[in-house]
Amino acid sequence: MSEQTDIRTSQPLGLAKRGYSGVIQHLAVADAASALAGHELESRLIELGFVEGARVEVLHEGIVGRDPIAVRVENVTIALRRREAMAIIVA
Amino acid sequence: MEAPLLHLALVGTPNSGKTSLFNALTGSRQKVANYPGVTVERKEGFFVTPAGRQVSVVDLPGTYSLRGRSPDEEITRDMVLGRTPGEVAPDLILCVADATNLRLTIRLLLELKNTGRPMMLVLNMFDIAARRGVDVDVPKLSEALGMPVVTSIAVRKGGIAELLRRTDEIAAREQIPVGPNRWQPLTVSQLRATQREADRIIASAVTLPAKPDTWTARIDAVVLHPVAGLFILALILFLMFQAVFAWAQPLMELLSSAFDALGQFVHETLPEGLLQSFLQNGVISGVGSVIVFLPQIIIIFLFILLLEDFGYMARAAFLMDRIMGGAGLHGRAFIPLLSSFACAIPGIMATRVIDNRRDRLTTILIAPLMTCSARIPVYTLIISAFIPDRDVWGWFNLRGLVLFGLYAAGITSALAVSFLVKFFMLRDYAPAPFMLELPDYKLPRLKSIAIGVYTRAKMFLQRAGTTIFSMMVLIWFLASFPTAPAGAEGPAINYSLAAIIGKALEPLLAPLGFNWQIAVALIPGMAAREVAVAALGTVYAIEGGKEAADQIGHVLATKWSLATALSLLVWYIFAPQCASTLAVIRRETGGWRWMAVTFFYMLALAYLASLATYNIAVALGAG
Repeated sequence: MSEQTDIRTSQPLGLAKRGYSGVIQHLAVADAASALAGHELESRLIELGFVEGARVEVLHEGIVGRDPIAVRVENVTIALRRREAMAIIVA
Repeated sequence: MEAPLLHLALVGTPNSGKTSLFNALTGSRQKVANYPGVTVERKEGFFVTPAGRQVSVVDLPGTYSLRGRSPDEEITRDMVLGRTPGEVAPDLILCVADATNLRLTIRLLLELKNTGRPMMLVLNMFDIAARRGVDVDVPKLSEALGMPVVTSIAVRKGGIAELLRRTDEIAAREQIPVGPNRWQPLTVSQLRATQREADRIIASAVTLPAKPDTWTARIDAVVLHPVAGLFILALILFLMFQAVFAWAQPLMELLSSAFDALGQFVHETLPEGLLQSFLQNGVISGVGSVIVFLPQIIIIFLFILLLEDFGYMARAAFLMDRIMGGAGLHGRAFIPLLSSFACAIPGIMATRVIDNRRDRLTTILIAPLMTCSARIPVYTLIISAFIPDRDVWGWFNLRGLVLFGLYAAGITSALAVSFLVKFFMLRDYAPAPFMLELPDYKLPRLKSIAIGVYTRAKMFLQRAGTTIFSMMVLIWFLASFPTAPAGAEGPAINYSLAAIIGKALEPLLAPLGFNWQIAVALIPGMAAREVAVAALGTVYAIEGGKEAADQIGHVLATKWSLATALSLLVWYIFAPQCASTLAVIRRETGGWRWMAVTFFYMLALAYLASLATYNIAVALGAG
């Protein structure tokens, strides 16, 4: 771990509040309690542009339990549930 | 010798503008069918290039990869690879990209390149991209990707000229070079590598504006707002139903009087007898009373296509995801359910966007409870006959409110059924992930929408011309034969087959307040709900002569009590009165079991709800 990431601690995107912006560090599909198998979830996240180094920003939150969230990934907006967003580690 | 038909295939991610490009290329020369063995819609269109080459183009289902995780995506993969039985491998793949949003398409394109098929990248909506400050170095992009790249504006006249010219150039070659197929399902690390490669190519050839689309951000700030967003969603739905009632009325009256005039013409031209009765009462008044509802069907589809094209549908799914989740539904179920307002058949077919089988099954079970457009004729007829046309609270029309109430009852019961299914039938239910792209808002493309509405109106008319027409002939036959014996008392129809069947069913339906005429109309109503209106028209027209056919609403108002009318309205919310829907459910779920479940649960709901409605209404003095 470099000092850079220590200054801004990494966290799952699934816990981020509206207005949060950061950069994807890695995908940790084992941490997400998704209905999908790990490699399937990882494939889908990558196909929607969630890869290491991509800039993300939480734009909107749903009504019930602030879920799902709308996330800007580079220049695409993706809606997903917090449960799956737990697999995306950002800082 | 004439050059053989050139086969093109359109491939792209969802929201890439594939369909508007398809519409721009082919206009109304489209053929919609199914791929054999599966229920994926096959859209093929035809056009002729400026050089005179005949071209067939298929619009393949949108996908983010070739992994084929749903039946639609498998079709796209197999068509591209030339593996679909009975289909020709495309001579040229047109990979369609939204020029404002290249990232995910370029990754797909890099994967597609492994198939070795000849390809061309079409940067669609290039005008919007330019306006937003997206600067694409087309020659550089073409070089980096190793394939021709053209820009297009599907919505503008001449916007696809370059695409046509390049297609001609490629087609003019003796043989389009096909490379070896090196495609294999990608591993996670290969996927990651292709996305990195795509990002590298975009960084080298595309300059993106620093800020995202401000209009989308502004609209979303309101539309996705937790409170305002839901309010707007409700408002849009409400507006849709008021429009169906108010806007369609003048056109419907026009159509209705045209058919009346035609019937009158036949009546005066032909001698009295069977042929006159058949043409006037069976054909013209029967088919006419169904075609009258064309304006309403056009309005419903206009709304759905406009909202979809604008980019609102995905937002509606976002807003509804957790709310529907509470009832055991997936956010993606919202679009199929909303389509079911037009017709449950495309709605049930649209459930293919839900890849978890349980979520899909639940959605299919409740889709027929959404008020489809075929119920509108029945609702309209009864409402205008029994509900006074007056304003409530100065703003709303009472009839509009009743219609809104019927829709609301359908939605509420659908959510309740879904909740029960989740609770009792599919206990080991695990929620499937909700992941959806929210595309930037775009001004709806009017020509494309016009083509979409036209295609659907044509399908409705074809149905009216085939299924409904033959049912009308059957009904006329049942209501006319056997003829009354000489010297018999009362109307001739009392001696017909229809009366025999209706009277046999009457004891079963009497507790709901239904008379035998209603029972007669409900049987052909199984072919299509709207047929019931035509059937009532036929039954009462034959019984009461020409005046009755003109004013079926008035006739009903004198023959039925308010309690009977309300009971029939409620029956139509729930009853499984559509054989085609049941057939589609059987096909989509791959067996009779879920079709039978749907039929019997809906029948039970309808019977109980109508029974309750009738008895409460009678108790309140409306009997």
